Amino acid sequence: MRAEATFIAVEVDDAIAADPETARRLTEACPVDIYAQDGDGRLELVESNLDECVLCRLCLDATPSGAVKVIKLYDGGAVLA
Amino acid sequence: MRFFEFEAREIVKRAGIPVTDFGFATSREAAKEAAERIGGSVVIKSQVLTGGRMKAGGVKFADTPEEAAAHAEDILALEIGGHMPRGVLVDPKAEVEQEYYAGVVWDGLRKQPVMLFSDMGGIDIEQVAEEHPDHVGRGHFSTLLPVSDFQAKQVIAQTGVSGSPLNRITPILTRLARLFLEHDLTLAEINPLGRLKDGSFVALDAHMDIENEARGRHAKLLADLGVGPEETRQAREATPFELAGEEVDATDHRGVAGNVTEFDGNLGLVIGAGGGSLTLFDAVRAHGGKPANYCEIGGNPSVAKTCGLAKLVLGKPGVEQIAVMMSIVSNTRVDIVARGVIKACLELGFDPSEKIAIFRIPGAWEEEGFKILEKYGVDYADRSVSLNEAARRAVEKIQGVAA
Repeated sequence: MRAEATFIAVEVDDAIAADPETARRLTEACPVDIYAQDGDGRLELVESNLDECVLCRLCLDATPSGAVKVIKLYDGGAVLA
Repeated sequence: MRFFEFEAREIVKRAGIPVTDFGFATSREAAKEAAERIGGSVVIKSQVLTGGRMKAGGVKFADTPEEAAAHAEDILALEIGGHMPRGVLVDPKAEVEQEYYAGVVWDGLRKQPVMLFSDMGGIDIEQVAEEHPDHVGRGHFSTLLPVSDFQAKQVIAQTGVSGSPLNRITPILTRLARLFLEHDLTLAEINPLGRLKDGSFVALDAHMDIENEARGRHAKLLADLGVGPEETRQAREATPFELAGEEVDATDHRGVAGNVTEFDGNLGLVIGAGGGSLTLFDAVRAHGGKPANYCEIGGNPSVAKTCGLAKLVLGKPGVEQIAVMMSIVSNTRVDIVARGVIKACLELGFDPSEKIAIFRIPGAWEEEGFKILEKYGVDYADRSVSLNEAARRAVEKIQGVAA
């Protein structure tokens, strides 16, 4: 799944997004509420909060390597490593 | 927030400083009763938060309670400088041998309070300081250490006052200084401080301002004085633009993006950082610019909050461009502010490179911020450009002169 705003885009591996436990970890980790869970526990991306991303990498740390990509649209699509 | 004279006198009285046996009245009848209780000649003084009372007819003398009532009726209906009186102060007419001045003010440059004293009271202390500097004593004191009598004594003695008057005035000035600290005042003034025939001293008038932000710490005092939380005593009512600024700030707990004051210029300001707002506002004016507003940002406001403030400023009629400027930031992120102001431009259909006259916020996360600004072609400056120079560039740009 992918969502983008003006400055930031986020991509999450579909298999990760379907896992309620990982979705919970992401929801808890993000300080600006970019991640949420639907009624079934699946991951949702809150588009209105994407541009609040503070590039803290906590979502990257909460998931397997490469499962979440934070993309800086203002920097030629550079991916937060 | 400024106190009325009758409130300031009450504060002085509670601090143990001698005051006259005054009364406060909001009607003709109450003024008459107060005059009867006091006995003898009285002074009726309008209670307004503005100067020029005497000249406007807001201070009158009465020899009888009936005369006091008539004067009170007139004064209660008298508008002075656009202010209607809260009431009248009924004060015994004191037999004063000499008038003095005692005050404490905040010295913003020294960042310390300063005691002031003059043996020439009853007139503005600024005038005395200019025309008779040897009649003004001053002394800074700590906000942390206890205020001692010797400090007040040194200040008073600078004016040549000695002997019994020195000993009698010293505790008054000391108490005034303690009062200043205890009540978070920005001004505490007794003028005149009268010396009566028997050698005693009495506060004949008092002026006090309390720090607005400290009101919460003095809720009991304000309640005792009848000052409600809704009573802001601002010089004027907030404009819809200013109220909208308050709303922007209140919608998000993150950081500050508000404290908006409306002006009628064409350069919108999104400014802040540790006194930077005032400095930048002054700098813009000094370079001939016409600010559309004053505001304060800081404490790392969110993108949404910064965007909300910038949209408010950009949407103000008459605003042609905005200048986004702060001193070097550590607890506000440059990239977050950059996102906010650019987003505001985009959401309003403006080209950020045309609408943002200058972006001068160096500091935390500036590398990311500058990348954002470069992508949108916004003219930005790093810390090598002073606040003053940034303000100059913004003014030149809005005036159509190439920087």
